[in-house]
Amino acid sequence: MEFQGKELFRRAGIPTPRGQLAKTPDEVAAFVTANPGSWVLKSQVLMGGRGKAGGIKFADNPGDARKLATELIGKVLKNEQNPDGEEVKALLIEEKVDIASEAYVSITIDRAVKEPVAIVSAKGGMDVEEVAATDPGALSQLWIDPAIGFQPFEGRLLAFSANLPEGYRKTFPAILGALYSLFMDYGAQLVEINPLVLTKDGRVIASDAKVELDDNGLYKHPELADWKNDTPKDEDQAAALAIGLGMSNYAKLDGDIGVIANGAGLGMGTMDAIRTAGGSAANFLDIGGGAQAELVKKSYQLVTGDPKVKALFINIFGGITRGDQVAKGIVEALSGNDIRKVPLVIRLTGTNEKEGREILAAAGMNPVETMDEGAKRAVELAASGGA
Amino acid sequence: MSIWLDKNSKVLVQGITGREGLFHTQRMLAYGTQIVGGTSPGKGGTKIESGQPVFNTVRDAVAATGATVSIIFVPPSAAADALYEAHDAQIELAVCITEGIPAHDMLRVVATTAGMRIIGPNCPGLVSPGRALVGIMPGQIFKEGRIGMISRSGTLTYEIVDGLSKAGLGQSTCVGVGGDPIIGTTFVDCLKAFANDPETDAIVVCGEIGGSDEEDAADFIRQHLPNKPAVAFIGGRSAPKGKRLGHAGAIISGNSGTPESKLAAFQAAGVPVADRPSDIPGLLKTRLATLIAS
Repeated sequence: MEFQGKELFRRAGIPTPRGQLAKTPDEVAAFVTANPGSWVLKSQVLMGGRGKAGGIKFADNPGDARKLATELIGKVLKNEQNPDGEEVKALLIEEKVDIASEAYVSITIDRAVKEPVAIVSAKGGMDVEEVAATDPGALSQLWIDPAIGFQPFEGRLLAFSANLPEGYRKTFPAILGALYSLFMDYGAQLVEINPLVLTKDGRVIASDAKVELDDNGLYKHPELADWKNDTPKDEDQAAALAIGLGMSNYAKLDGDIGVIANGAGLGMGTMDAIRTAGGSAANFLDIGGGAQAELVKKSYQLVTGDPKVKALFINIFGGITRGDQVAKGIVEALSGNDIRKVPLVIRLTGTNEKEGREILAAAGMNPVETMDEGAKRAVELAASGGA
Repeated sequence: MSIWLDKNSKVLVQGITGREGLFHTQRMLAYGTQIVGGTSPGKGGTKIESGQPVFNTVRDAVAATGATVSIIFVPPSAAADALYEAHDAQIELAVCITEGIPAHDMLRVVATTAGMRIIGPNCPGLVSPGRALVGIMPGQIFKEGRIGMISRSGTLTYEIVDGLSKAGLGQSTCVGVGGDPIIGTTFVDCLKAFANDPETDAIVVCGEIGGSDEEDAADFIRQHLPNKPAVAFIGGRSAPKGKRLGHAGAIISGNSGTPESKLAAFQAAGVPVADRPSDIPGLLKTRLATLIAS
């Protein structure tokens, strides 16, 4: 969130407005009482567009501050991109700065070029996607070679090419350099300052801060443990974690045919095959590589636990995953009394295919030969209401 | 010929005594790959059960065996170090299987290891059928032949390769480039190598949603590969926007990485996109026949 991003900004030496995090109206009122002046109350949420959603308010005295804080804390902010909304649990109280100009600055990874790319625009304080769509010429880009690292001339290049007002020029290269150091040192996928404010008294301040970190790199920064994205964001991720899958290995979809596959690619391919056969997948589930029988059984229970699933297609192409383990898991899942039985289509090929087929045959199940055949059968079974 | 690997390629395994390293060393040996040894710091001077020598450092291993290829099975926190060590010892081709390497580690590695080709990370490796397999792919599904195959996925590749082999369309080399945001070798790098390989007649591109590798590949084919017919497949065309389905790279956000953008790029390049993996052999045969007829 913003307050976390600003903490990293301060460590990196990027100027930010004076401020304080508060979680109750009492804390907000106490702060404004102790620090008379004009303050901004900013809702701390992950969603974008919080200003338009009514999440930013201004207060000049303790009474207003308490009243506005009472309104904001606990409120669910909603907008078009976030129809479900997000609850405000804390406010950042910040000094109100007199804005002369607003710029946009970000650094992200360009996958195709394999280098960090800095993007700068004199159109700050606006949705950058909108600027990209309506006025792409307003965005200046520069790729930074990680072997050399950021150099001040790159900051000058961008400041001139983006036509930043003159007041920015002296400090901009140092701010961009600090932002690049933060980006590389903390393994960020995105660092963004929108807006980077030029104040009427000539200071350049990061008025907002957005930092998205790469979970894979967090082990290098134990002090940022609370940034880790390991708390599930929705029910699907929680369900996946609960049975020992990765968070992104399961996602519910709108259709009525359950899918279990090994590998993300084959999982997506299976969804596609069901669509091509005229049906629609109820979920994506990748059991990963080398899954054991227990995980297959739990995956079966998870998928059929969704009441809209009318048929299930298990599609396995064994590389590291062994067909006998998958077959064992299916047989074990079906032998339990606590599961909902739906018409099942199995495709099992690759490593230990023969052993797997024997286990299934002993339990009275006959796998289909190909993915297309399996998808077609699953669609037929779902259409006939699972009879 | 084939690209990057042949019968004489001498291969090291970095992390040869670990569970994964040991297991896949046996599978690669069974395929016929020349595994000449491996590294495991502190275990230098010993041998693994099948007889391959273990070294403390990649420098020692290269000096003793003449290896030019390395496959890396080490944890994510040690992977960048392993790639730097391979580069230091003048390894020419490093295949990194490890999943979960910080993207910024790879940014630095890619920027500073000129002269060494990196496949992956988070990839199933590559195979030149009948010559060598350096990776974790099931060797039995491949067949010697003249189709070049590139893919971002593991199991979906097996599905497609199996179909090709059963249709009599063997492969010259099959490369799984990996599912991470920053990878050493892209589709375009592979296509450049296939363009110069006289034993590759046609190409299969197995892409998926997310990123822009497919668009770049389509563009390269349109400009530089008029004489090598290509067929594409895009996994995840039925996936909803914004959902992350397994691969870190396979997420559609905004208008980039959409199936529509990839389809349009392949269409502009005259590359048919198969609706199903099982349609690929047929499309490929038609394309090859047209080429011969003209």
